[in-house]
Amino acid sequence: MARVSGVDIPDNKRGEIGLTYIYGIGKNTAQKILDKAGVDRSKKVGEWNDEESNTIRTIISETYKVEGVLKSEVQLNIKRLLDIGCYRGLRHRKGLPVRGQKTKNNARTRKGKRKTVANKKKATK
Amino acid sequence: MGRSLKKGPYIDFRVERKVDALNESGKKSVIKTWSRRSMISPDFVGHTFAVHNGNKFIPVFVTENMVGHKLGEFSPTRNFRGHIAKKDKGKR
Repeated sequence: MARVSGVDIPDNKRGEIGLTYIYGIGKNTAQKILDKAGVDRSKKVGEWNDEESNTIRTIISETYKVEGVLKSEVQLNIKRLLDIGCYRGLRHRKGLPVRGQKTKNNARTRKGKRKTVANKKKATK
Repeated sequence: MGRSLKKGPYIDFRVERKVDALNESGKKSVIKTWSRRSMISPDFVGHTFAVHNGNKFIPVFVTENMVGHKLGEFSPTRNFRGHIAKKDKGKR
């Protein structure tokens, strides 16, 4: 079990995939980290020796914003938009798409589960 | 798509002129404007703008955090008050 930058414990995965379990590190970043550390990309996380995992740890902590720090930064950015009351902030407040997508259909990621409002009246003849 | 850096931020000439005049005289007064597309520059901080939203002018007090946004972002053009309740719908 390798423990890198806090809570993440990826194991029995290849290094470039295992590192992506950390919030803020994708495959591209993971590959860059491994290349810099001089560890083979396809080496399993469990096979890293102490020295290798230590260099990886220092590279991440020195150059990248991950996990809590990154999450709080994102939240702060959103909070700034909310506070200044601009259009993007209003959209965040209402839980609707922020970047101008249509909301007639879809947009379920932002709007959440469908809430049926009322049954449509049947046409009486 | 962002605007090319080469061009610099866009600020309507009229708005800029009014702000400069206010800054020079040190007075504060509401600046009425239709120029929603103007970027808020650091000079604008502390002034109040009345930004047109197509219907009326919305007062916007510019703070430091707003620099880099456009004036129009603070003057919503659509006012959604929710759907009509079921009762009212029947009457109409």
